[in-house]
Amino acid sequence: MSSEWPLWEIFIRGQHGLNHRHVGSLHAPDAEMAIRHARDVYTRRNEGVSIWAVKSDDIVASAPSEKGPLFDPSNSKVYRHPTFFDIPDEAGHM
Amino acid sequence: MAEADLFEFLTRMGDNTLILGHRVSEWCGHAPVLEEDIALANTALDLIGQTQLWLGLAAEVEGKGRTADDLAFLRDAGAFRNLLLVERPNGDFGQTLMRQFLFDAWHHAMLSALCQSADPRVAAIAEKAVKEVAYHLERSADLVIRLGDGTEESHGRMQAALDDIWPYAGEMFLADATDAAMAEAGVAPDPAALKPVWQATVGEVLSDATLTAPDTDFSHKGGRIGIHTEHLGYILAEMQFLQRAYPGAVW
Repeated sequence: MSSEWPLWEIFIRGQHGLNHRHVGSLHAPDAEMAIRHARDVYTRRNEGVSIWAVKSDDIVASAPSEKGPLFDPSNSKVYRHPTFFDIPDEAGHM
Repeated sequence: MAEADLFEFLTRMGDNTLILGHRVSEWCGHAPVLEEDIALANTALDLIGQTQLWLGLAAEVEGKGRTADDLAFLRDAGAFRNLLLVERPNGDFGQTLMRQFLFDAWHHAMLSALCQSADPRVAAIAEKAVKEVAYHLERSADLVIRLGDGTEESHGRMQAALDDIWPYAGEMFLADATDAAMAEAGVAPDPAALKPVWQATVGEVLSDATLTAPDTDFSHKGGRIGIHTEHLGYILAEMQFLQRAYPGAVW
């Protein structure tokens, strides 16, 4: 039966001010039930203050086969990290 | 108001949640889908948690040194005060849901009224429990509508479930001397006063679910004074076995 229900990705915000984080996925027939199921499956231990449910079909993902072209070029660009500045002592730890 | 009346009332509340909680927990690992399995287990745990509060207070009021555990595990069927409705077998998923919905609609109305109880201990338990039960009601009402107004198969099962459980609903609104004493003292509402609220909730949901309640006022009764169906004995046999076989056993 669950194979007939679409898959949903669940995002929970743990506290006000934090981002929603992906916590897992579940099956549900529609958006309202997805939220209910998420409440029952993923917030039993007081994890959240807000739930997002997104149909897994609607997530666009980068393809593992494109890993090289996508990510390799940034490997050799150390100057993109702000590590070449001297931090004044008064600024303390950053 | 006699303490004995208050004890009686508290065991009625606690035995309802204990027996229904146990019934619902029987689904654990057997529900149609994982998501419903966890939701049912959550509901069962909520009810068992409320039982600890009601029977804990009952034991305290009784003042004979018994605990909530003693009341749950060492009383015989004749001493249980739950509605016959909650000891009905689980049947299929539809029967379980319909039983839950009819109970939730009453439970929510009852707890809402108990939040105004003249006994602050009763009001405190009701205030904690009513939030949990608001969700139980939201969930069971939604599923009754979805399945009632669903496929031909699900509609047929929900209507059959309603026909089957309906004659057990009326017991929720019957009053006896204990209820009169509670109402007189302002501790709990007159059970009959909850009926209009219950009927409004149930009527609206059944209509949305395209289901028809049987046209009868007949009601089985007896659970609230300790006269039970044979089903309770089997529940207690399983639930109480360990404490009966190994008295005083602890984790």
